[in-house]
Amino acid sequence: MIEIKNLHKSYKMGSNALHVLKGIDFSVKEGELVAIMGSSGSGKSTLLNIIGMLDTLDEGSYTLDGVPIKDLNETKAANYRNKFLGFVFQSFNLINYKNAMENVALPLYYQKVGRKERQEKAMKYLEQVGLKEWATHLPSELSGGQKQRVAIARAMAAEPKVLLADEPTGALDSTTSYEVMDLIQKINDEGNTILVVTHEEDIAHMCKRIVHLKDGVIVEDKKVKQVRAKNYV
Amino acid sequence: MWIFDRDLWGEIFNTLGKNMLRTFLTMIGVILAMLILILLLGGSNGLSNGFNKIFEGTASNSLFVWSQRTSEPYKGFERGRRIRFKIEDAEIIKKQIPEIEVLAPRIELGSHRDVVTVYRRGRKSGSAVYGDYPEIDNITKKKLVEGRFLNQSDIDDSKKVCVIGEETYKLLFDKGEKAVGEDIRINGVFFRIVGIYKPNNNINIDGENAVFIPFSTFQKAFNSGDRMGWMAIAVDPDTKVAVVESKIKKILKAKYDISPKDERAIGSFDMSEVFNSISAFTTVLKGFSFFVGIFTLLAGVIAISNILLITVKERTKEIGVRRALGATPKVVRRQIVLEAIVLTTFAGLIGFTISVGALALIEIALSGGDVPIDNPMINIPQFTVSFLLMVALSTLIGLIPANRAVKIKPIDALREE
Repeated sequence: MIEIKNLHKSYKMGSNALHVLKGIDFSVKEGELVAIMGSSGSGKSTLLNIIGMLDTLDEGSYTLDGVPIKDLNETKAANYRNKFLGFVFQSFNLINYKNAMENVALPLYYQKVGRKERQEKAMKYLEQVGLKEWATHLPSELSGGQKQRVAIARAMAAEPKVLLADEPTGALDSTTSYEVMDLIQKINDEGNTILVVTHEEDIAHMCKRIVHLKDGVIVEDKKVKQVRAKNYV
Repeated sequence: MWIFDRDLWGEIFNTLGKNMLRTFLTMIGVILAMLILILLLGGSNGLSNGFNKIFEGTASNSLFVWSQRTSEPYKGFERGRRIRFKIEDAEIIKKQIPEIEVLAPRIELGSHRDVVTVYRRGRKSGSAVYGDYPEIDNITKKKLVEGRFLNQSDIDDSKKVCVIGEETYKLLFDKGEKAVGEDIRINGVFFRIVGIYKPNNNINIDGENAVFIPFSTFQKAFNSGDRMGWMAIAVDPDTKVAVVESKIKKILKAKYDISPKDERAIGSFDMSEVFNSISAFTTVLKGFSFFVGIFTLLAGVIAISNILLITVKERTKEIGVRRALGATPKVVRRQIVLEAIVLTTFAGLIGFTISVGALALIEIALSGGDVPIDNPMINIPQFTVSFLLMVALSTLIGLIPANRAVKIKPIDALREE
C-alpha cells in the first residue's frame, strides 16, 4: 500500500539545514496496523506528514496504492488527500461551529457527494463509532474521547486507503485512550490500513507492528503480538 | 453550478453568523459609504430635477431680441437714435435663417414692462398687455387653468379676444366667478376672455399679471401699424443660439443702418447660456458626488477586507483542517471571496434601503418649498453602476484575504504549538 524508498527531508533553519529524515525505507501492506514510535525530534511526525502529503520530500520516492506521489501542486495534493487518506489529529481539529454529523460529512462535501447521501454516510460512520445520538451536538458539547471518535468517523467517511493518526490518544486519559484504540483496532479488523504515530509504549503495543525512529532513521521495525484494547476498557 | 450549492452558502453564512457583532461592525463602513453615495447622487439628481422644473415649458435653445437706442453714430445718423423693428423683419429673418424653428413677434402696449389699466365693471387691474402670435406658446409655455390660448384664427380674423393671467383674474373677478366669455376693457376697447393661465414657479418672462391679445387685433385696436416690439425665437436644437443671434443682428443692423460695431442698438438674451451653465453645474455636481461616493465605498470595502484578513488569521487552523480533508485552494479562495461579496452586498443593500428612505423623506420635507430640489432619487442605471462597482470592488479586495488563506499550508496550520 505504501512504498517509501530512500526518503530524505531537511528543513532550513536560518543558515543551517536541519536534516530530519536521513534515508528512510519503509513499506506498509494493505490491512496493516503500524505504530511509528520515537522521541520528539526523531522525525516521526515529519514522516507522517510526508505520507499524508502535507509535506513534500526532498529526495527518494513515495508510492501510495501504486500511484507515485511526486510533483504535487496544491490542488492535486488536496484531491489525493481527499481520495486516499484519512487524518486523525492529537487535538481532534473538529470545526467547532459544525455539529458532529456536519464534521463527519465535510470530506464528503469536498468529494462533491450529494447532500442527502453525505448525511446518510455521515450518520452511518457516526453509528459505527457509537455516537449516533450525538449527531446534532457541537464539538464543545462532547468529551475528549467522543471528539476523537467523531474525528475518526470523519477520517473514515471518505473511505480512504490509509488512515493516518498523529498521536490520536495524546490528549486523552488512559481509559479513553484505550476506548479510542479499541475503535482503531476494530476499523483495522475490517481490513483498513492504519498508521499511528505515538510515543506511548502501551498504545504502540496495541498495533501489529512497531517502527522505531531515532534521529531520522529507522532503528527498529518489528512485528508484535497485538494487545487488544478491549481488555482494558 | 456551485452558485446554487446550498452547502457553500451555508458555510458562508455560518462563518459570518459566528461573530455577529464583528460582522455588523464591519458592515457599518459599507452601509455608511453606500448611504453617502446614494444621498449625494440622489441630492444632485434632485437639484438637477429642480432646475429642470424651473426651465420646464421654456424652450432652452431660444433667444429674445429687442430694439434699443444706438450707441455709435453711423451713416450720418447721430448716436442715441431709437430703433423700431417692423413686423416685416420677422419674415425677412425667418426666410434668411433656416435654423430658426419658431419666431414669435410680439408687441407691448406702452414701453417695456409698462402696465396699462384694464377695466371690468368698475374693477381695474394694472396689467401688461401683449400682442402675440400663438407660436409664442412653443417658446414659453402657458399653463392654462381654463379655456384656451390664442390661435391662428384669432390672428386671421383679428378677433377681439384675450388670455389673462390668474393675477389679473383675481383683481377683476370674484373668487369662483366665471371669466371665460366675459369682457374686459383696455384703452376703451373690449376684449372677450378665452383663457386663463396660471403662474408657476418656472421662468416667467411675461409676469403673472398680463393680458395677451392677438397681434393683428393689437395692430388695429391700438393703431400700432407695422411696429414690432420684440421677437422670441426658438432655434433648431443642433444649432448654437449664439450663431443665430449674430446672424439676426447682422441682418437687422444692415436694415436699420446701425454701425456693425454698435453693441447696444439691439438687445438680446440667449436662454441657452443660462440653461447650459446650470446643466454644466449639475453635471459636475453629479460627477463629484459619484467620485466622492465611490472612494468612500472603496474605504468601506477595504475595511471588510481588513476584517476578513483577521478572520483568516483566526481561522488558520480551521482552514488547515479543511485543506487536510481535501479542500482545494480554489474552494478555499472562493469561500473567502464570497464572504467578502456577501458582506458588501448585504451592507450595500442596507445602506441603499436607508438612503432611499431618507431621500423619500427629504422629498416630502422639501416639496412645495422654495428649495430647487425635486424628486431627489437615484435612477436605475446609477443604482446598477454603483451596485456592480461595489461587487467588483469587493471581489478584488476579497482576493487579498483569500490569497492569504490559500497560502496557509495545512502542515503549518496543524502543527502543535
